[in-house]
Amino acid sequence: MAEDYDIDKKEPGQAKPVQREKPKFLVEPSPHVFATFNKTKVMWLLIIAMLPAAALGVFNFGLHALYIILTGIVSAVITEMIFLAIRKRNFKPIIHGSAVTTGLLIGLILPPTVPLWIPALGSFVALALAKHAFGGPGNTIFNPALVGRAFLVAAFPAMMSRYIWPATNTTSIGIDAITSASPLSMLSNSGYDATITFMGGKLQAYSSLLIGNISGCIGETSALALLIGGLALLMFRIIDWRIPVYYIGTVFMLSALFGQDPIFHILSGGLFIGAFFMATGYEGIPLTKSGRVIFGIGCGVIVITIRLWAGLPEGVNYSILLMNAATPFIERVTAIKPFGFVKSKRSNKEK
Amino acid sequence: MGLLSAFRQGFKGGIHPHYSKITSRFKIEKAKIPSKVILPLSQHIGVPCSPIVKVGDIVKAGQEIANSDAFVSAPIHASISGTIKAIEDFPHPVSGEMTRSIIIESDGKDEKIETKSRDWKSMSPEDIKRYIRDAGVVGLGGAAFPTHVKLSPPEDKHIDTIMINGAECEPYITADHRLMLEKPDQLIEGVRILQKVLNVKTAYIGIEDNKMDAIRLLKKKLKDQNEHSIHVKTVPAKYPQGAEKTLIYAILKKKVPAGGLPMDIGVEVQNVGTTIAIYEAVAHSKPLYEKVMTITGKVNTPKNLMVRMGTMITDLIEQVDGYNGTPKKLINGGPMMGFALPTDELPVVKGTSSLVIFNQNDIHERVPIECIRCGKCLEVCPMHLNPALIAKYAEKDRIEQSKEMCAMDCFECGACSFICPSQIPLVHWIRYAKAQIKKEASVKK
Repeated sequence: MAEDYDIDKKEPGQAKPVQREKPKFLVEPSPHVFATFNKTKVMWLLIIAMLPAAALGVFNFGLHALYIILTGIVSAVITEMIFLAIRKRNFKPIIHGSAVTTGLLIGLILPPTVPLWIPALGSFVALALAKHAFGGPGNTIFNPALVGRAFLVAAFPAMMSRYIWPATNTTSIGIDAITSASPLSMLSNSGYDATITFMGGKLQAYSSLLIGNISGCIGETSALALLIGGLALLMFRIIDWRIPVYYIGTVFMLSALFGQDPIFHILSGGLFIGAFFMATGYEGIPLTKSGRVIFGIGCGVIVITIRLWAGLPEGVNYSILLMNAATPFIERVTAIKPFGFVKSKRSNKEK
Repeated sequence: MGLLSAFRQGFKGGIHPHYSKITSRFKIEKAKIPSKVILPLSQHIGVPCSPIVKVGDIVKAGQEIANSDAFVSAPIHASISGTIKAIEDFPHPVSGEMTRSIIIESDGKDEKIETKSRDWKSMSPEDIKRYIRDAGVVGLGGAAFPTHVKLSPPEDKHIDTIMINGAECEPYITADHRLMLEKPDQLIEGVRILQKVLNVKTAYIGIEDNKMDAIRLLKKKLKDQNEHSIHVKTVPAKYPQGAEKTLIYAILKKKVPAGGLPMDIGVEVQNVGTTIAIYEAVAHSKPLYEKVMTITGKVNTPKNLMVRMGTMITDLIEQVDGYNGTPKKLINGGPMMGFALPTDELPVVKGTSSLVIFNQNDIHERVPIECIRCGKCLEVCPMHLNPALIAKYAEKDRIEQSKEMCAMDCFECGACSFICPSQIPLVHWIRYAKAQIKKEASVKK
């Protein structure tokens, strides 16, 4: 049906009418009906899905956590506007909500004790370095929020590991607040038995990890809140099930294989926020289905490697960044076969 | 059946647009005989015809008025009785080019040429094909490929299955659905003619499960007639189920090789309307001068109309009591694959399918933004391509790479453009890539 508009004219949507005079009706290439699904909806649904975790974080760690999240969002939006202005683009991407998503994510993956300039700086680095330096929306290779956090961890390691337990009186957060290690760093420093004992037995430990009654980053302590958001995203088919399932599944299997407590491993260290909200973060993940399976498994393997043998207690952050880097390669090796492709090769040989 | 349907799986991918089949319960009405018809000399794929009448001649409906010696061509018949008023250039609704057309002015009598019933059972396949050609039958699914050519596969291809495409997966359109309900005997008889021409035993009629009334009716008819070689197959309703390759896969679980035709795996696909036209041509010597069209969307009384070829679209709009509101878009065909016409002052030809009219409210302004790599287009592509990547290559004019990504296997169903959350006109870019690849190939030759 290429006859009714000029194919040489490259701009789609600007079809040339059949007659040279002004056409009576609108002439556009097919299709003429569309799904009501668009990027803005996707991004705002992502944000809504993160709200349970954010709300629980604020409930657990107090108002300072809310300020951290808000600072992250505001800084992300301002940075996005600055760079859009510098690059002479319109401000529409703000409405699309991707800067808000990044800012919110940054807020969620920071410890609740950090001063407010930390989320501001994190969001700035995320958007400036990981997003706009690479060419803005659509060209991002690394998940911006994770780059922001990786930068903060590298630059301010002490501040970025100052966690508190939710029981701490959160109104008095300051230098005097009682800081404590996250369950995973406790695991790597004092061993499994000591950690479980500290958390009050196995069952108590699991339920604490589920409802977020532990020390950790603002939004990643409660596996349950993240799971609710993640399942909602899966239900609305916003994210591909393959990445979270294979990611969490790999971590579970490998930790069991190496004699660790698999449930403890999948519930802690922000694995759920990583698997549902960051590894699925559209940009930087393979387009192909089999590529996404590989991506998920790869993330899982890296997490376990880092947690068990490397110097860092967690690893979700770097696992996703490393797999982001591997995405173009994964995509190339998992190039999909068109319908009827294999058969055509065979029949050619027969000839 | 209910239990079985739970396990029925069509092709992988596809989309579920709003079907909006408003006219599915409306009987086919005969459209009023227009006061004039415009019959372009090229209404099919292949060599255009030359007129065999001259200005001033008096013709009857069904009389041959143009023909060609070429094999890949189909004659054109007068669709009303009256006088040849002019033979001049007129815009063609499908190609968009000025095409030589015969203009007939009606005498209001609607006299028809004599038709006679013929016993096709005693005919040879060659005779049947000649009758089909003489009646000017072409594929009525939109491609308008001469049917007698399609029924003459090369000798090295062995056809063992006939597939009648009653899927009608395009939203809004109900012409084939109504034909199956109102002319089931003609359809079955048409299938038998096809079986005889191609010397094939097995035939399937594939119908989407949103047309259960047609499925039940045809099944009952076949059972009553004790017909065991024609099978009605229910296929899941999803777009693009009615594409040849996906329909064959849904019914036979066989894949047409990429770049190949259904005949490569021994299947001959015919459209419902075409099959009925074949029956009428062979058994009743009735030439193809009218067809069923659904005229729907934003018109006052959407209808399924039996329309004479060459009728002006403006005349048809009158018969559905005019536009409802200000028309903004006039689509020839369904809203997924049909193309927008610039004006309603165009005639209906063999290659036009239904008409869908859209108002401002139905038109969605698409502002493409960057790809967010959600992978939805890969999920819905019935050909399992990577539309996002092909489109990206096409945009950068990296035609060689888009060719490597099998851009040529795309049949332009538009599911990727439909689903894209970034509103990128993916299928349009792929069309551009395909056109460039074809251009390069022809330069090389």
